[in-house]
Amino acid sequence: MPPGRGGALVTAPTLLQAEHLSGYFQVGGGFFRPRKVLRAVDDVSLRVRRGETVGLVGESGCGKSTLGRLLLRLIEPTAGRVAFDGQDLTLLSAEELRRLRRRMQIIFQDPYSSLNPRMSVRDIVGEGLQIHRMVQGRAALEERVAELLQRVGLRPEHRERFPHEFSGGQRQRIGIARALAVQPEFIVCDEPTSALDVSIQAQIVNLLLDLQESLGLSFLLISHDLKVVEFMSHRVAVMYLGRIVETGPTAEVFGRRAHPYTRALFSALPVPDPARRSLRVLVEGDPPSPIDPPAGCAFHPRCPRAQRGRCDVETPRLLEVTGGSGHRVACHFPEE
Amino acid sequence: MKSGLGLVGVLVLFATLGPWVAGQDPNLSDFVRGVDGQGLPVGPGAAHWLGTDGLFRDELARLAHGARLSLAIALLSTVLSTVIGGVVGVVSGYLAGGRWGWVDGLLMRLVDVMLSFPYLLLVMAVGAALEQTGPGTVLLVLGLTSWLGTARLIRSKTMVLREQGYVEAARALGQRTLPLLLRHIVPGVVGPLVVVSTIGMASMILAESVLSYLQVGVQPPTATWGRMLYEGQHGMTLQPRLVLAPGVAILLSVLGFNLLGEGLRDALDPRQAR
Repeated sequence: MPPGRGGALVTAPTLLQAEHLSGYFQVGGGFFRPRKVLRAVDDVSLRVRRGETVGLVGESGCGKSTLGRLLLRLIEPTAGRVAFDGQDLTLLSAEELRRLRRRMQIIFQDPYSSLNPRMSVRDIVGEGLQIHRMVQGRAALEERVAELLQRVGLRPEHRERFPHEFSGGQRQRIGIARALAVQPEFIVCDEPTSALDVSIQAQIVNLLLDLQESLGLSFLLISHDLKVVEFMSHRVAVMYLGRIVETGPTAEVFGRRAHPYTRALFSALPVPDPARRSLRVLVEGDPPSPIDPPAGCAFHPRCPRAQRGRCDVETPRLLEVTGGSGHRVACHFPEE
Repeated sequence: MKSGLGLVGVLVLFATLGPWVAGQDPNLSDFVRGVDGQGLPVGPGAAHWLGTDGLFRDELARLAHGARLSLAIALLSTVLSTVIGGVVGVVSGYLAGGRWGWVDGLLMRLVDVMLSFPYLLLVMAVGAALEQTGPGTVLLVLGLTSWLGTARLIRSKTMVLREQGYVEAARALGQRTLPLLLRHIVPGVVGPLVVVSTIGMASMILAESVLSYLQVGVQPPTATWGRMLYEGQHGMTLQPRLVLAPGVAILLSVLGFNLLGEGLRDALDPRQAR
C-alpha cells in the first residue's frame, strides 16, 4: 500500500484554519503550592481543507486531543485564533457559537462513556436534530433517525434500544450517527478506532472514508495508530509536547521522516520483516513534562542528533524541507 | 432493606391511621378515667391503651399525633434539603474549575462555614432566634441547615458525570446549559439523592425530636415525640413507660429509615453484586 491518499488536496478551499493556537492550563495552586502552567498546546498553526483528512499523530499526552477540542472551542484557547469557514471562532458570542456547532462535530475514542446509558438510541441520535430544530414533529424525527442509523450500518429498529445492548463497534456507529445528524462539514475524530478490536477498526475506518466521500466531510483524525492515519489522511501533522514538529502530505512525511521524533515514532512500529529489525531507533526515557518543557527544542533530551549549544538553546521553527513541497519540519538538523 | 421497608410502612400507617384508631383528643386531660387512686396517671388499660401522661392525656393518641407531626416535618424538611442540596451540588459541580468556577468556590465556602458549626447548635441557634416556633419554622430550620452534606456528595458525583463523553458530545452539539444539566447530569444524580434523602429522613426525625426535647421546637401542648420525652423524664423513675413509648418510637423510625436507605444504596449501586 502506498502511503497516504493520492497526495494533498491543494486546490480545495480552506475550511478550518488555526493560527498560533495555544491551550494552557493552570495546575496545582493549593495553599502551599505555587500555581504552574501546563502547556498542553503551544503555538500551533494548522489548516484543514474541504474534503480533506488531516492526521494528527504523537504519543499519549502530547496534546493531540486538547488541540482537537481547542479547534472546536470545547476548551477555551489561551491564545491564537481559529477560523472556521472564515469566521473567527474565538470572537463569536455563546449564542453564535452554539449555532455554528451544528457544522462541526466530534467523534470520541471511548464508545462506552460517550453514549448516555439512560437514553435510547433515538434520543441520543436525535438530540442534535432537536437542538437545532432540524426536523418538525415526532414522525419526521423517527424517520430521520432511522435514516441516519441505516447510513452508519445499523438497523432502524435499533432506535428503541439502549447503549448497553450494543457492542463497542455498534456503539461507535451510534456516536458517528449522532455527529452526522446535524449535517456537519468538519468532524474531529478523536482516536475513533483505538478502543475497538482490530477487525472492527477496519469497518469503522471504511465507514468514515465512505461518509467522507459521499458527504464531502473534512476530518481531523487524531490517532496514535500510524497505519490508520497513513490509510486515511491526505496530510499529517506530528505533535510532540504540545507543538507540531513535522507536517506535510502524508506520503512525504511518512516517506522521508525528516524529524528525528517522527523516525522514533515509526521505529516503534513492529516490522514484519526479521531482516529489517536492526534499524530501530530507540527513544530513551519518557516524554518530559509539559509543565516544565525543556529549553530550546523540546525533543533535545531524547534526540540522537541533538547538538549542545544549539538544540538546547534555540527553539526550531517549522520550516519547509524542500521548496514548494508543503513538507515542513521543526528541527535544526533534519534527517536527509 | 425489607425490614427497613416494613418499619417505615408501619410508621406511615401509624401516622395516618393511628390518631383515628386511638380516637381520643391528644390534648384533653381525662380526670375521670385517666387518674388512679393515688392521683397519678393510670397505666395501660381498657380506657387508655397506653395509659395517660403526667397531665392525664391519652398516651397513645399523643404518640399517634406526634408521629403524624414528626413524620410530616421530617418529610418536608428532607424534601427542602434534598432540593437545595441537589441544586447547589449540580450547579457547583458543573461549574467547578471553569470560567464560572468562582460560583462553585463561593457555594462550597458557604458549605464549609456552615459545616464548621456543630449541626444541632446551628439548628438551636436559629430555633432560639425565631422565638415563637411552630411546625413551619421547625421544618424550615431543619431543611435550611441540613443540605450541606447532600450538596457536597452531589457536587462530586456531578464532577464525575460531567467528564463523561456524552456530556462533551452534548456541548459539541450546541446544547444549552440548562437542558444539558436536566438531560445528562440530573438523571445520574437521582439515585444518590434518593439514598441520602432516605437516610436524611432518619436524622430529621431525630433532629426534630431533639429540638422539641430542648423546647426550641414545636410549642406545647402540641404533641411531638421529643416533647413527650421531655415531659416524661420528670416521672421517669416512677413511670418509665412515659419515656419508653416515645423513645422506642424514635428508635424504630430512625432504624427503619436507615435500613431502608442502606438497602436502597446497595440496590442502586451497580458495582455492588447482589
